[in-house]
Amino acid sequence: MATTTTTVPSAGPVVGSRSFLSRLREGDEIARIITFLFAASVVLITVLLVFELWRGSALPRHKFGFNFFRTSVWDPIFDQFGALPFIYGTLVTAAVALILAVPLGIGAAIFLAELAPARVSDTLEFFIDLLAAVPSVIYGLLGVFIIVPLMRSYIQPALKGTLGFLPLFKGPAYGVGFLTAGIVLAIMVIPYIISVSREVLLSVPRDQREAALSLGATRWESTWKVVVPFARGGIFGSIFLALARALGETMAVTMVIGNTPTISASLFSPGYSIAAVIANEFTEATGDLYLQSLIELGLVLFILTFILNGLARLLIVATSQRGGGMGNT
Amino acid sequence: MSARLRWRKFVSGFMLTMTGVCALVSVSVLFFILGYLVYHGGTSISWNFFTKLPTPVGETGGGMANAILGSGKLLLLATLFGVPIGFFGAIYLAEFSGSTTAFIVRYAADLLNGVPSIVIGIFAYALAVLPFKHFSTLAGGFALGLMMIPITLRSTEEFLRGVPNALREAAMALGASKWKTIASVIVPAAYRGILTAIMLAFARVAGETAPLLFTAFGNRFWSSGWNQPSASLPVMIYTYAIAPYEDWHRQAWAAGLVLLGLILVINIVARGILSRGIAVPRA
Repeated sequence: MATTTTTVPSAGPVVGSRSFLSRLREGDEIARIITFLFAASVVLITVLLVFELWRGSALPRHKFGFNFFRTSVWDPIFDQFGALPFIYGTLVTAAVALILAVPLGIGAAIFLAELAPARVSDTLEFFIDLLAAVPSVIYGLLGVFIIVPLMRSYIQPALKGTLGFLPLFKGPAYGVGFLTAGIVLAIMVIPYIISVSREVLLSVPRDQREAALSLGATRWESTWKVVVPFARGGIFGSIFLALARALGETMAVTMVIGNTPTISASLFSPGYSIAAVIANEFTEATGDLYLQSLIELGLVLFILTFILNGLARLLIVATSQRGGGMGNT
Repeated sequence: MSARLRWRKFVSGFMLTMTGVCALVSVSVLFFILGYLVYHGGTSISWNFFTKLPTPVGETGGGMANAILGSGKLLLLATLFGVPIGFFGAIYLAEFSGSTTAFIVRYAADLLNGVPSIVIGIFAYALAVLPFKHFSTLAGGFALGLMMIPITLRSTEEFLRGVPNALREAAMALGASKWKTIASVIVPAAYRGILTAIMLAFARVAGETAPLLFTAFGNRFWSSGWNQPSASLPVMIYTYAIAPYEDWHRQAWAAGLVLLGLILVINIVARGILSRGIAVPRA
């Protein structure tokens, strides 16, 4: 993400003793009111967004209640809407993505923060930032034409041959499915994990490393047993951030998940995700209950990402401040 | 050297090498993507791609001129809608507001920034499509503009706060009113950063697909007006990639190359502008 967390001296409002009228004459009060209106509109838009999602999903919330999340029949013809397969697909693909992306991302972040010289680290970070800017539809394009055929002809048969006794890797190799969607998501979220984790690792005070090394720890021991635990909060923050991205990701998942509402223990099975079903069916939804059920799915997605983003921000800010504060002593 | 120490040194060397491998793998993904797009897109791109309309199914040839223009119109609308709100909102936050109001606005912006793009699409649909009963370019621009607001706001605010207080005090000591100080001293001092922020926001929404699916929708022809559905490059890539026609796949690659090229160029130029103006501090 482009927002950096550098702390700059706050430029608080200069409290003037001039009267309201004199400020108005000089244009200050007008500027204040106009810019306030723009700032307030941001709050208004956000409130309106929550309100629209809530109001727009009233019908299914009253009709199905909690059964909406517990049942798995999605039948627009008989007005039965149960969201379980979509929730399952969203969670499974996100889980696969994190299992693949977290070790790789944190490993790369450790390299960039601890080992690489500043110039190399900054150059690689530049490429990582570019990677984060690649739109999701491009990942989807590569997913459809490269990863799906690769999965179908090589990776899935290989997994079946070696780990086929696990229920995770059973069933025919379609190419599309939970596993493929998870892999594409992993590629998409790795830049976020690297970027934020690197930032947090760099904020760990130098004396922490020096203390560990002076006690006879090897370079890896000082990194893994001292620096990483110190930055733990922020690293978890980066993971939550990545999770929020993975849950809400639409295009790339829609293109490779197979778009079939199934709940299956096999990762080879085609599935569906919340964002994908909204993307596919929203324009075709006939009838209020159908449309509003899709909006309720949007609400679920909103709440999930809201919680995760909030947690992530707290953890990252807390860790960065701890690092900065102790470094000065 | 004891066996134990040798083992620890081996583990250290091995694990540190592995982190290097992780970094290498992660970065090489970018070059893989670029290489593949250039290879596939480069062979399918032609002058027709930029000047012709899509052909009917079954006929080869044609291009995406309407989608390129459509994307341009959508991004223009998004910039006109999103940037002023973000920019002036940031001025309020950095120069006028008290801490409680600033907290609320910042919180709302962060919340908006984290909303999945498909949910932004639903919101724009409810506000800008449903009341008028048809998809439109305006609704698509509105959806993309919504996504530009939080990025512009938060980074502009940060750069405004980065302007040293001495500049503010100097301007005011010369008798300038507050808004004059802002307009003639503070904003010019931070303009590189602000420009970068706007460019990055622009690049981010340029590739957004999900919010356009049910706002701008799509169009196989020239859009006949601002309140009519419009084609856009990202949506075209999506529909062409999942369609079963070989010729459409070829065009999807070409469109992908054009889109990614545009986004990467904007990103690189924006970062170039920034790094020439302000030294980026390293923690």
